Amino acid sequence: MSQIDVPLSPSGFGQTRRADHWWVQPLFVFLGLSSFIVYATWAALQGAHYRFGPYISPFYSPELFGPSGQAWFGAKPSWMPAWVTAAVLILWAPGGFRVTCYYYRGAYYKAFWADPPSCAVGEPRKSYWGERSFPLILQNIHRYFLYLALIFLLLLAHDVWQACWFNGHFGIGVGTLVLLANVTLLSCYTLGCHSLRHLIGGFRDRLAGAPVRKKAYDCVSCLNRSHLLFAWCSLFMVMFSDLYVRLCSMGIWTDFRIF
Amino acid sequence: MATATFRIFRGEKGQGRFQDYPAAVAEGMVVLDAVHQIQAEQAGDMAVRWNCKAGKCGSCSAEINGMPKLMCMTRLNTLPLDKPITVEPMHAFPHLKDLVTDVSWNYTVKQRIPKFQPRKPDAPDGSWRMAQEDVDRVQEFRKCIECFLCQDVCHVLRDHQMHDQFIGPRFLVYAAALEMHPLDTADRIPQLRQDFGIGLCNITKCCTKVCPENITITDNAIIPLKERVVDRFFDPLTRFFRMFGQKEA
Repeated sequence: MSQIDVPLSPSGFGQTRRADHWWVQPLFVFLGLSSFIVYATWAALQGAHYRFGPYISPFYSPELFGPSGQAWFGAKPSWMPAWVTAAVLILWAPGGFRVTCYYYRGAYYKAFWADPPSCAVGEPRKSYWGERSFPLILQNIHRYFLYLALIFLLLLAHDVWQACWFNGHFGIGVGTLVLLANVTLLSCYTLGCHSLRHLIGGFRDRLAGAPVRKKAYDCVSCLNRSHLLFAWCSLFMVMFSDLYVRLCSMGIWTDFRIF
Repeated sequence: MATATFRIFRGEKGQGRFQDYPAAVAEGMVVLDAVHQIQAEQAGDMAVRWNCKAGKCGSCSAEINGMPKLMCMTRLNTLPLDKPITVEPMHAFPHLKDLVTDVSWNYTVKQRIPKFQPRKPDAPDGSWRMAQEDVDRVQEFRKCIECFLCQDVCHVLRDHQMHDQFIGPRFLVYAAALEMHPLDTADRIPQLRQDFGIGLCNITKCCTKVCPENITITDNAIIPLKERVVDRFFDPLTRFFRMFGQKEA
């Protein structure tokens, strides 16, 4: 029988007696979210190659101002700085939805703030405020971003419809399927939102006697169980959709017509 | 027969050290079996709390290889036996002796939560009518065995020791079971925000991860309660529209 003098409570950043690879998950979250932020920022600041044929990148839809002739309000006013592209004007809304999302909050608190780095692993800070004081108390506006995200879903679905029309003729290209997959995954993510689950029926203690509300609550709950999966799939799909349109527009990739 | 080394914390009131004990390992053994074997053969004075050995009493909570777990539900074939297996008491509560902690703080917290207050009976015989689907929603929360592993892993209690400001995941589940009950009429929302510190939860889901009853603590209890707090204190628009909506009887 041997004795080892170690404190009962490990303290200090990263200290734990966990024997598994606890750092792998936060590391992947860090790399995944960082990659998206870097790519999305770069793509949003380009202001070019966001349309190809009937396709529009989801980063730039709706196009409020732009040179394409299809922008809602025409060409960009001359007083607007060059870095204010059509994407910069709109991306705050879906970005805000993801930043305040309950799943992402838990993930980035761990991966970016190490608060905690992982379950039962020591933290770098002694003080803790949580989400009850500024600035994190602002996370409570998540449902307002949800309302905007729902509008974006309709606009992106309209983009898929537009992507079926090639010079006035109905058709399906690979890009159409890419944009369709994008709006499908975004719908699965948005319609599985915890706030929507609450607003659609979770706020009530009794759902019996309201069959439509109960059905809607059950559907949202079903999607909510896979919220993590759809959060990641939709994040990468929206990035890939922009990349697809961009590379087609630049002539690097060829968009094949299926019919 | 194979042997494994169990590195068990020995001491009182947080002072002590880990001691290594070799123990024979047989098929089907759980950590509590090994601890009992060590207690019987090598360390008769070792304190360990246990009762049912079936994962239903919530007594044998401890930290095994750094993760909060029930000793009676942790099979040895799920652990790497080539290295010492650490067994230590929960960190979020005052240490008493060896593997035993004082969890009485949890009982005082439970007393602070307003009790179940049913509406007037639905029938003259004093009984109520509830739809099964409404009961199903809170039934999940009643699976809790009060092992307090979720309290132990919660960093607000474990690392920041904010026991005076935060009731912890176990009692947010308890509050959710009452608050979402189709018969209950009590209003706990202001207390959840101000006294029970629901805003301190930052949704790491560690509580859900360690729950031996697989209760979806974060998604089904804590976040719905957070949303009810948002309804009341942070969303004037929803409050305005609900003034014109159908009221729950």
